[in-house]
Amino acid sequence: MHILNRSFGQFAPKPISRRGFLRVSGGLGIGLVVGFDTSAQGSGAAAVIRAAGVETVDATGFVKIAPDNTVTVMIKHLEMGQGPYTGLATLVAEELDADWSQMRAEGAPANNNLYKNLAFGIQGTGGSTAVANSYEQMRKAGATARAMLVAAAADSWKVPASQITVKQGVLRHAGSGRQSTFGELAEAAGRQTPPKDVKLKDPKNFTLIGKRLTRLDASAKSSGQAMFTIDVQRPQALTVLVAHPPRFGGKVASFDASAARQVRGFVDAKTIPQGVAVYATGFWAAKKAREALKVQWDETGTERRSTDELVAIFRAAAAAPDVTATNRGNTGRALQQAGRVIEAEYVFPYLAHAPLEPMDCAVELKNGGVEAWYGCQFPGIDHKVIADTMGMPLEKVKVNVLFAGGSFGRRAQPTGDIAAEAASALKALGRDASIKLVWTREDDMRGGRYRPLVLHRARAALDKAGNISAWDHVVVGQSIMKGTPFEAMMTDGVDPTTVEGVSDLPYAIPNLRVAARTAEVKVPILWWRSVGHTHTAYAKETFVDELLAAAGKDPVAGRLALLKGDARSAGVLRAVAKLAGWKGAKVGDGRARGVAVHKSFETYVAQIAEVSRGRDGLPKVERVWCAVDCGVAVNPDNIKAQMEGGIGFGLCAILYDEITLNEGRVVQANYNDYRMLRIGEMPRVDVTIVPSAEKPTGVGEPGVPPIGPAVANAWRVLTGQSVRHLPFARTLAV
Amino acid sequence: MTNFSVNGKKVSVDVDPDTPLLWVLRDELKLTGTKYGCGVAQCGACTVHLNGQPRRSCVTPIASVQDGEVVTIEGLSAPAGEAVKKAWVSVDVPQCGYCQSGQIMSATALLNEIPKPTNADIDRAMAGNVCRCATYVRIRAAIHEAAKNLKA
Repeated sequence: MHILNRSFGQFAPKPISRRGFLRVSGGLGIGLVVGFDTSAQGSGAAAVIRAAGVETVDATGFVKIAPDNTVTVMIKHLEMGQGPYTGLATLVAEELDADWSQMRAEGAPANNNLYKNLAFGIQGTGGSTAVANSYEQMRKAGATARAMLVAAAADSWKVPASQITVKQGVLRHAGSGRQSTFGELAEAAGRQTPPKDVKLKDPKNFTLIGKRLTRLDASAKSSGQAMFTIDVQRPQALTVLVAHPPRFGGKVASFDASAARQVRGFVDAKTIPQGVAVYATGFWAAKKAREALKVQWDETGTERRSTDELVAIFRAAAAAPDVTATNRGNTGRALQQAGRVIEAEYVFPYLAHAPLEPMDCAVELKNGGVEAWYGCQFPGIDHKVIADTMGMPLEKVKVNVLFAGGSFGRRAQPTGDIAAEAASALKALGRDASIKLVWTREDDMRGGRYRPLVLHRARAALDKAGNISAWDHVVVGQSIMKGTPFEAMMTDGVDPTTVEGVSDLPYAIPNLRVAARTAEVKVPILWWRSVGHTHTAYAKETFVDELLAAAGKDPVAGRLALLKGDARSAGVLRAVAKLAGWKGAKVGDGRARGVAVHKSFETYVAQIAEVSRGRDGLPKVERVWCAVDCGVAVNPDNIKAQMEGGIGFGLCAILYDEITLNEGRVVQANYNDYRMLRIGEMPRVDVTIVPSAEKPTGVGEPGVPPIGPAVANAWRVLTGQSVRHLPFARTLAV
Repeated sequence: MTNFSVNGKKVSVDVDPDTPLLWVLRDELKLTGTKYGCGVAQCGACTVHLNGQPRRSCVTPIASVQDGEVVTIEGLSAPAGEAVKKAWVSVDVPQCGYCQSGQIMSATALLNEIPKPTNADIDRAMAGNVCRCATYVRIRAAIHEAAKNLKA
């Protein structure tokens, strides 16, 4: 069953068997290929991977069992901290009945056929889909490998397969007393024909799913050994920094590198579509050379507006939305006839993802082919972008997926920007070479691809009994999907990522209208951890809180009354109220509590924040309680970790951060003026997981949306102030 | 030529004197466990020990390291360092992991100074280390665990 060397191809089943297997597996793309050399089949470079410096062949499957008794799962999702290495390996190990200590994980290279995200149709990570789309696929891969090991044991021991048991990585036959490890049977199992169908476990028999397991990447990441893009070392590799235009949409007119040439270590400078690429022997030389470079920019057609102008334009646009996402009842009439109308406007700034590892990508041209190494979030797109940029067929390009030092959406680029920039810089050299493109923190902060600037206008009517009779909501912002391969996901001109989270308002309100208007700005934007929910949850959950307060209702009981048709939202809300011992928003002692509940990516999260006034005048978040329902809890400890991290990530943004433009130029540059949450600002967090037998859903993003409104609701109770223009630092400084 | 020691080994490098220690470690000595995050001492990802003290290597010119003793994550082997690394795994601190070398270097320096730190001690010593994944809850727990195991 091992596939660690080329020579193993001699044991390979006939080339057609894998394809046959894929067919009988119901098109799920199960790629468990056992002792099978795909290079003989002509799938070429994409199937070749390198592990620990050894060229290995046939990584086209998901499970590799080696004679040394390790089980390596090829992980088709980018590990950027959210835990797919551990999560997907758990699913395989469960059905394989492996011992957790023998499990390993490795990033799968770009290969759309084998490693596509079943929710997207291409290989890529996003939308908190990793475990959700892999749940059956990975379990089937594990069950298939198990069946082949059992068949090999049955052959070798001359006993019926049905009498063989597997537990914690050991196969046993009670009658004969024989037993064997996976490693001992790996090769023999490789000669078995994969079963056409496998039966998956009844969840009540799970032994690993639902248990606390140490992350497979914890050790490498606690010793400096984990390999990130910036750590890639290739012989004679050059470091490339690119001088980018100061305004979005700018182009290089000309440049003068005469001063740059004086920098020790400078190698070359070339114009590429993204700017001027500066090549040097290392980072410091490249940085100094870039500083010495004189570039004339062509700023025709660049974005020159400032943030305040954009907000004023968005405000005017909110009066005239042009697309409707949701329309039930007659919201206009209900508002006209209402006894009381409450109105609010919200402004959400551009936000940088600011992952701690800035954008980077290593690429190498050699022997007519290109190989890339980086934290690639959309291999299904980037692979082709690199091939197209280099003018090569896909088969000549290999993309190795490494750990990413955070992403939060930043590396999920619909147009493969960073791959295109690296490939352009490589191509511009016009010779065989190895380069590592590195962005500085300032490049990353000013390089665009932000969470969009968004303005919301909400109006609601309260009837005489204090019930919300109508809710009218308009969202204005740039579209993330328009003009990208994801445009197909738009319906009737509505970009779902603009209105998600409010267009599906779970509250029982008879008249609801959610409309939008797409703004045109030349600032590149992108999904940012929890995407539209980053702003819709804030507007929806603070607005409903104010409406409940106006009607004299408790924030928890008032929401529960509106959630009669949504058992899972109500479930997490009840769970968090119980966890926090909720007795109302006022708790005395200079503190107040706020609550929020929000569904995103099919996962339900409710949070309660307890807040005081900080010495800096901003909210100090003392404690947070969190309840999450994500279906079957595959890795409970990782679910908790993602809730903790999501809370910190969301809190940082609502308190401190905004990217602003001054005549089109980004004002912020580094962590000094776009600041990060620090350890002393992190609240204590208590998480409870609501038991569920539903299919598992994601947890990477859903912890983020509720924290902002929970804190804002607490702050309003504490101070009487509604903060509707984020971040808090901006509103409270005025 | 700048002469100093890294993880107990004598090294000698010929680079511009303003080159930060970070890039000497990474590009010249190929010790990539120490990370670049901001270049302006705002994130702590580049934290190493210089003569026993935590230092941001991204703003430490190599000329200032002459004859110094540098310890990086790769060479962290003293009892406190081992206890911290172990606690990091048992508490499952890392998410993306990129900042954790720096976090571990700062945490080890803290335990060398204060064997049983309070939460306030931790907040002070770790204030210069940013974790964008916000693993702070676990960083705090792991430091307490390492302190406990060091005493035992």
